[in-house]
Amino acid sequence: MIEVRPDPDQLLAHVQEEEARARRGRLRIFFGASAGVGKTYAMLEAARNLRATGADVVVGYVQPHGRVETERLLEGLERLPMQMVQYRGIVRHELDLDALLERRPAIVLVDELAHSNPVGAEPPPRHPKRWQDIEELRDAGIDVWTTVNVQHLESLNDLVAQITGIRQRETVPDRVFDEADAIELIDLPPDDLLARLRAGKVYIPDEAATALERFFRTPNLMALRELALRRVADRVEAAARALPTNRTRARLAADRVMVAVGPDQQAEQLVRAGKRLADALDAEWTVVYVETPRLLRLSAVDRNRRIDVLRLAESLGGETVTLDGPTAVATLVEYAQTRHATRVIVGAPKRRGWRAWLRPSTSTQLVRQAQGFDVLIVAAAGQGAIARPPGTPTVGDAPPIRWNRYGWALATTLVCTGIAFFLYPHFELANLVMVYLLGVTVAGLRFGRGPSVMTALLNVAAFDFFFVPPRFTFAIADVQYVVTFAVMLIVALVIANLVASVRQQTRVAGARERRTALLYAMSRELAATRGIANMAQVAVRHVAEVFQCQAVVLLPDADGKLRYPRDAALDKSFRHADLAVAQWVADHGRQAGLGTDTLPAAPGLYMPLGDADRRLGVLAVLVENVRRVLLPEQRHLLETFAGQIGLALERARLAEAAEEASLAAERETLRNTLLASISHDLRTPLAVMAGAGSTLAERGAGLDEATRVSLARSIETKAQEMSELVSNVLDLMRFESGKVTLRRDWQTLDDLTGAALQAAQSRLGRRAIDIRLPPDLPPLYVDATLVTQLLINLFDNVAKYTGPDARLTISAVADGAFVRVCVDDEGPGLPPGDPRRLFDKFQRGQGEGVVVGVGLGLAICQAIVRAHGAQIEAQRRPGGGARFEFTLPATGS
Amino acid sequence: MTRAAYQLLIVEDDPAIRSVLRALLQGEGYRVVEAETAARAIIEARSHKPDLLLVDLGLPDTDGVSAIREVRSWSPVPIIVLSARSMEDHKIAALDAGADDYVTKPFSAPELLARVRAGLRRRSQGTQQPATLALGPVSIDLANRQARGPLGDIHLTPLEYRVLDCLAREAGMVVRQRRLLREVWGPDREDDARGLRVCIKYLRDKLEPDPKRPRYLLTETGLGYRLRSDAEAR
Repeated sequence: MIEVRPDPDQLLAHVQEEEARARRGRLRIFFGASAGVGKTYAMLEAARNLRATGADVVVGYVQPHGRVETERLLEGLERLPMQMVQYRGIVRHELDLDALLERRPAIVLVDELAHSNPVGAEPPPRHPKRWQDIEELRDAGIDVWTTVNVQHLESLNDLVAQITGIRQRETVPDRVFDEADAIELIDLPPDDLLARLRAGKVYIPDEAATALERFFRTPNLMALRELALRRVADRVEAAARALPTNRTRARLAADRVMVAVGPDQQAEQLVRAGKRLADALDAEWTVVYVETPRLLRLSAVDRNRRIDVLRLAESLGGETVTLDGPTAVATLVEYAQTRHATRVIVGAPKRRGWRAWLRPSTSTQLVRQAQGFDVLIVAAAGQGAIARPPGTPTVGDAPPIRWNRYGWALATTLVCTGIAFFLYPHFELANLVMVYLLGVTVAGLRFGRGPSVMTALLNVAAFDFFFVPPRFTFAIADVQYVVTFAVMLIVALVIANLVASVRQQTRVAGARERRTALLYAMSRELAATRGIANMAQVAVRHVAEVFQCQAVVLLPDADGKLRYPRDAALDKSFRHADLAVAQWVADHGRQAGLGTDTLPAAPGLYMPLGDADRRLGVLAVLVENVRRVLLPEQRHLLETFAGQIGLALERARLAEAAEEASLAAERETLRNTLLASISHDLRTPLAVMAGAGSTLAERGAGLDEATRVSLARSIETKAQEMSELVSNVLDLMRFESGKVTLRRDWQTLDDLTGAALQAAQSRLGRRAIDIRLPPDLPPLYVDATLVTQLLINLFDNVAKYTGPDARLTISAVADGAFVRVCVDDEGPGLPPGDPRRLFDKFQRGQGEGVVVGVGLGLAICQAIVRAHGAQIEAQRRPGGGARFEFTLPATGS
Repeated sequence: MTRAAYQLLIVEDDPAIRSVLRALLQGEGYRVVEAETAARAIIEARSHKPDLLLVDLGLPDTDGVSAIREVRSWSPVPIIVLSARSMEDHKIAALDAGADDYVTKPFSAPELLARVRAGLRRRSQGTQQPATLALGPVSIDLANRQARGPLGDIHLTPLEYRVLDCLAREAGMVVRQRRLLREVWGPDREDDARGLRVCIKYLRDKLEPDPKRPRYLLTETGLGYRLRSDAEAR
């Protein structure tokens, strides 16, 4: 990156930003085994103690639910009003996130970490979960105190469900718990808890009242208490391990856990098991899903389940990968070996008896082929659907069955039969079977699995009916044909299956290849595009095409506020993106919208472009088919696209910065040269004038008349020179700033030359002037003032560099739409070197010396001629002397 | 000489330029009144009834252009503007507001005095045009439409006479191109500069000793033309 001199304000802002990031708010969790242990009570008591010392503690959200003890503790604490939201016709009190961010207390109390915000409420919440609100508060540098029960921890969710028989829907990612700065375990023996419960000191929501009996039983409470204690103990151990003194103890064998999930109901359980195992081993873990041809045939509902499973895994901190291969086992083994997985978790085999013998399940095969890793088989637990995160849109339905393909399959059978009829008199029946098998192969290749299976069945039937004696009945004369039919059917089905698999995989591979090619195409086009706005358009076009969506790249303006591009919208532009959401995304550098943690109910998906330090904009997409962004691999592809766009924008931004820097450097040089030249050219005449003036004032009386006149004249001439110099500088500045507008009119060259000669008369002195303008010269369409100035400058040039008797010749010829004008002189000619250099600023025919002027005259000439869309050049005349030749437009428009 | 009777009002905020102008003009025998601001200038113009105004365009209170407009609204007194070269637009605005002529700063003494003389002459003769015009060896009888040069009679077309009439009425002062077009060609031809250029070219060919380097029919670039009679073309 090219260093531009940094703005101190920017630097300061940057430093402050860094500090704010370093000062991320601390999270303190009051942790308990179940409701009623007194977490809220403990939190409020601690807050009161702290408040007494003068700390800025604010209650952001605590619902007393009519508990007198809680109510009493709340007295004397500052309570922020809660936000009233409308949800399904009732008013609910929710945490007012924006008010809190506005108030910016040092510490805020937010009860019930696991709470879910009502996503469909009015106004809609920013995040679906309270823990996300708390993250944002901490990002803003506010310390947060909160409460949570062990049953809400995501990884313990199914364990708790097994123990208590009640599945908790409101869960918190373990990451939040693990990253907390302080955990305060509030422990209460089960008997005391039950006593409190009976005394009505525990708040139980109405809907949970029926479950109360089942839940609050001593064995349950003991189990939960054990879970909570163990979780805190694990945390303490992990903290000890993280101490610097223990860092040196490297992991002896780095474990890697791989969880192989399929589309079945057990997947979720496997993911949680993987998380627990990885935590116990302090290992990284990956959830792998293999897309096999068989799985491609599953219903949309089953296939979409994996989206939820993979997202669950990501929320638990695992890596997710979707692979594709012919069989799950081979792909899993290969992947486990390349990633050096040490433990592979799979579900227990579900097929039993002869089916298991015929087609061993994935886990069985994996155990057989395992090399270099252990296989852990997890027994299926009770059924339990994943609690779908609220607000997650439902994924689209299964593709429609294409009935016309079955029609084509039927036609294939008819064609086969037709050919067989033709062959029947000449060939044996065995050869006719071949024709039918060929038909099945063709059907498999062209029409897919279902139709080809139908063809196989129809072919056997047709063969029997039309050709096997007795013909035109389904009866069979010879029993041996039963074998023929059986073999024929099996072979046909195998062929149908194989061919369809190949076809399907080719299609999947083709689609993947196509997407890669599309990514490549976009990168290539972006590389060839200049300018951020143009790049944004290219990006929108490609993203819209690949993801079949509307897209827009929102770019920040000078103040960092995102704006819609000014260019005409493309067909596929996402016209109604929510700029407020986009701004949030840009400011936080996190995704938001459809399928994300933030505003998941929004119709669009917003992705930040560029990294955290340089937010370059936001890519917003509105998909027609939500699968396009909910499927993890699609999502990753979109992220890859966003990454590519971000890189391209960064490159463009750097290029612009570099250009600006070089322009600034050029301006700096120009200014320095200008100052140097002007200071010389102004000082000399000023010295003359000051000297002559003071002489006249002080000694005027003693001087003779001739001397006085000569002194006065020298003041006059030097003043004239300075005036010329200042005018030239001002003219050039006007041209440089681009503020010159041409006032064009029809002019004759005679007229302009005459005026210029008159103005330059005194300087040209007695030089002979030869004007050769043809009488039929077309009129010029030019700015008279500027062209007169151009001519004056050229005449001045002659006056400066030629002797007092040199001849000046002005000639012109018509040249198409232009008139070509030449100003020739008989002076010393041009200085050595490239004549084009003469038109640069501060160039002079001779080095600094007696000749007056900073060398701006010819630069101004060039600026004037170019402003008219014409050319000027300097030449050496064959006979000595210089020629300045330029063109001027002779026609309008 | 009648010169002593002439009173000039100098409107200029720079005391140095004022003192130069005062010295120059008093040396020529004019009486001089000075004003530093536009407001003061209007008061002085009303009370002293000067014969000519020299107005600088850059004034501390309002700009010179509005002062010119104000004075012009009740007096036909000749007004000459002093302007810097970088102020082309101001110069044109001042002429549009009713100024009669301009002198570009820095000016030379003879140039300024010639303009002042021309302005005073126009005031004394009013809108009456001179009967004859002497341009070097050429003499023109405008009333009878006859021109005579060193080589005999010169034929001028009626259009050329009308252009010459118009310039002679303001002899020594700039005549805007638009005004020439309006008075000679008619109000609907104000934008047709080409005819005027051709006409001036023919006039120069017929009247000027060296048409390529005119001495009498001068071009004021971007503004119009000026007829310099023998008295000034020294």
